[in-house]
Amino acid sequence: MTTTPSESATREAAAALTGVETTARSIAESAAEPATGITGAQSLVRSLEAVGVEVVFGIPGGAILPAYDPLFDSRVRHVLVRHEQGAGHAATGYAQATGRVGVCMATSGPGATNLVTPLADAYMDSVPIVAITGQVPSAAIGTDAFQEADIRGITMPITKHNFLVTDAAEIPQRIAEAFHLAATGRPGPVLVDIPKDVLQATTDFSWPPRMDLPGYKPTTRPHGKQVREAAAMIAGARRPVLYVGGGVLKAGATEELAELAALTGAPVVTTLMARGAFPDSSPQHLGMPGMHGTVAAVTALQKSDVLVALGARFDDRVTGELSTFAPGAQVVHADIDPAEIGKNRKADVPIVGDAKETIAELVTALRAEHAAGRTPDLAAWWEQLDDWRTRYPLGYDEPEDGALSPQYVIERIGTIAGPDAIYTSGVGQHQMWAAQFIRYEKPGTWLNSGGAGTMGYAVPAAMGAKYGCPDTTVWAIDGDGCFQMTNQELATCAIEGIPIKVAVINNGNLGMVRQWQTLFYEGRYSNTRLHAQQPDGTPKPVRIPDFVALAEALGCVGLRCEAKDDVDAVIEKAMAITDAPVVIDFVVGADAQVWPMVAAGSSNDDILAARDLRPVFGDNQV
Amino acid sequence: MTRHTLSVLVENKSGVLARVSALFSRRAFNIESLAVGPTENPDLSRMTIVVDAESAPLEQVTKQLNKLVEVIKIVELDGGAAVQRELLLVKVRAAMAERTTVLQTAELFRARVVDVNTDTVTLEATGTPDKLQALLAVLAPLGIKEMAQSGTVALGRGPRSMSGAGTLRPVDRSA
Repeated sequence: MTTTPSESATREAAAALTGVETTARSIAESAAEPATGITGAQSLVRSLEAVGVEVVFGIPGGAILPAYDPLFDSRVRHVLVRHEQGAGHAATGYAQATGRVGVCMATSGPGATNLVTPLADAYMDSVPIVAITGQVPSAAIGTDAFQEADIRGITMPITKHNFLVTDAAEIPQRIAEAFHLAATGRPGPVLVDIPKDVLQATTDFSWPPRMDLPGYKPTTRPHGKQVREAAAMIAGARRPVLYVGGGVLKAGATEELAELAALTGAPVVTTLMARGAFPDSSPQHLGMPGMHGTVAAVTALQKSDVLVALGARFDDRVTGELSTFAPGAQVVHADIDPAEIGKNRKADVPIVGDAKETIAELVTALRAEHAAGRTPDLAAWWEQLDDWRTRYPLGYDEPEDGALSPQYVIERIGTIAGPDAIYTSGVGQHQMWAAQFIRYEKPGTWLNSGGAGTMGYAVPAAMGAKYGCPDTTVWAIDGDGCFQMTNQELATCAIEGIPIKVAVINNGNLGMVRQWQTLFYEGRYSNTRLHAQQPDGTPKPVRIPDFVALAEALGCVGLRCEAKDDVDAVIEKAMAITDAPVVIDFVVGADAQVWPMVAAGSSNDDILAARDLRPVFGDNQV
Repeated sequence: MTRHTLSVLVENKSGVLARVSALFSRRAFNIESLAVGPTENPDLSRMTIVVDAESAPLEQVTKQLNKLVEVIKIVELDGGAAVQRELLLVKVRAAMAERTTVLQTAELFRARVVDVNTDTVTLEATGTPDKLQALLAVLAPLGIKEMAQSGTVALGRGPRSMSGAGTLRPVDRSA
C-alpha cells in the first residue's frame, strides 16, 4: 500500500482540474507560474486562479482578511454578498447552471457558520462547490478566541470532505484536492479552513501540485457484465420505466438518455432534481414522480415490472411508503455512489458508474439485445399509461373567490420566458407548481433545493446562475415566506449588475405548511400567516412588507400584479428590463393547493389526483 | 443482531477518528467497540471497529465508510479467519482469605498479576471478548473494584496482509 499516488494518477488529476474550467483556461495557465517568497494568501489566490476560478461569492472579515488583499488585484472576480448564506447558494446556483465548481468565501466563526445551510443544501443535492473560510490563528485554535468556531468539525457531516490547512506550503495542494473532490465522482461541497497566520506566512507556490488522496478512487466505468444484465432485463420488460434522477444532469448525460429512451421506447419520469434532463415536450415523458408528481408518473413506477433508476436515490419524497413502492418491479440501479445502491431499495442489477458512461454502454448492450431479436412490445403498457395521463392530467382550478391563481402566474412565466430561460425556486407550494407547470426542455434550466428543502434558495441561486450565464434570462420563482429570508441579495444584484427577475408568489402565508394544516390539522392555521392580521385573523388592508417598495429600496424595479388580465403584461414588462433586477409582487389567493399529492408516509398507491379524488387505476389491466 | 469486526486502514491524520465516529453516530449505527493504533506504515492507522448489525446495514456502513476520503481500505475480520483480542485490566477485592482463589482464577485464564496490595489484586488479561467475559464472571462474586477494557484489535490469519502484496480482499466497494 502506497500513500502517494502514482504519477499517472497525478496527471489524471491535473487533467481533471483543467477540465473543471473552460473559459478561464488561459488565465489559469498564466497564473500557474511558480513563485517564491509570497504569502499564504497570495498562494491561495494564485491557486484559485490556476484552478480556473472565475468568481468568488463572499464577505471579508478578520480571519480571512489577508486573502482579500491579493484578491483585490486578482483576475478572479469577487461578488460582495450581503449574507454568507447568499454566498453559498450563489455558488450552488452558479455550479448548477454552468456545470463548473462554485466558490464561496467567508471569515471565521459566524461567517463560516452562516455557510452551514448552503453547504448542507449542496451536500444533499450533490452540487460541486468549494467554501474557503478564514480561521483564527493556529495558536488561538481551541481557546474560544474571538470569532472562533470549529467549522471543520461542524461541517464534517454536511461536506463531501473538508480540510484545515496547517502549513502555508500545503495551500496549492489542498485547493487542488478540494476542487478535484468537489467536481469528480459524486459531486459535493468541500470546505477549506485556513488559519490567519497560515495566510500570513511566507511560502512558495508551484502548480500543479501533487495530490495525495490515496483513499479516493471513484468508480466511473460501469461493469460490463452488469450492463449486459440490465440490458437483458430491459429488453424483456413489459412495463419498464426510466426513473431519471439528478445524477443524469450532473454527468451531462442527457444526450445519452435521449438515445436510451428512443431505443427502449419506455416511459421516462424525471425527479425534482432531474427536471430538464428529458424534454417535457417528448410524448415519452410522464412528468415528475413523487409526493406531488403526476398521477401517470407515480402510477407508472408503482405498476412497473422493470424500474431503471439512473442517478436517482429512491428518496422518500419519490417512493412514499418504501415497503409498498413499486412492489412488482425488478430494479436496475445505476449510480456513481455505491452507497446509494441498496440503501433504500434492493437493486436486482446494481451498476456503479458515471451516468454518461453507463447509459452509453446500456445503449450499446441494448442494441445487441435488439439485434438478437429481443424487442419488447410496449403497446399495452402505453395504452395503460396514456389512459392514466388522459384521465388525470396536471391541472388546477381557478380560485372561487376570484383571487389570482398562483399556478396560472407560474405557467405564464414559463410560457413567456420559454425553455431557454433558467428558473430557480424556493421551497414550498410555488416550488412544486414551478416544477409542474413550467415546461423544461433543456438541462441546467431548473435549479432548486430538492434534498434539503432550503427556503430562501431562489434569489441567491438565481444571482449565481445569472453571473455564470449572463446572456440567459434567469427567473427566481419565490414564495413570500422564502423571499423574506434572503431578499437582501437583491442589493448585491443591483450593485454588481446581475439583472435577475423575481416573481414573488405572494399568498401572505407559509403556503405549503398552510396546505398541510388545511388537510391534516383541521384548518388550524398555527403560525403560518405572514400578513398583518385583524384580531379575528382576517388580513389587515396593509402590505407588510410592501414588496414593491422593498424592491425599489434594494435598487430593483418593483412591479405588482393582482389580476389575471394583467399577468402577461407585467411579465412582458419584466422581460423587457435587462439592465436592473426586477421584482414582481404577484398577489395571489391563499387557498390554492398543490395536487396531486401522496401524503407523507403514505403509499404511492394512495395518491390523490385532487382533494378527495382517488384515481381509478384499472388494476391488473396490463 | 450479529457482531462484525471491521478492520479499517485510514490515513494517519488529525480528525479522522472524529470523522469515522461522527459517521456512525449520524447514520445511527452502533459501535460496540473501537480501537485505533499505529500500523507498520507510519502514514496509516488501523481502526478496528466492532459493530452490531444485520448484513444490510453492515453493507451500508462499509459503503459509507469507504466514501470517507481518508479511509483507504476496509476488511471484515470474522470468525476463524482472524485473531481477535482485547486487553483487560481488572482490580479485584482480594483480602488474604480470597487471595488464593483470585490467583488460581488468574492462572486458569492465563491472566497476569500486575499490581498487589493488602486489599486488592490487579490482573491483566488478554483474549477474545468471550474469554474476558468468562473471567469477569468468575471474578464478579469476589468484588470488582474497577476495570478498564480495550476495544477489540484483530488481524487476519495466514500470510496475507491488508496492505502490501497478496492483500486481503477488501469489502466490496462496488455495490
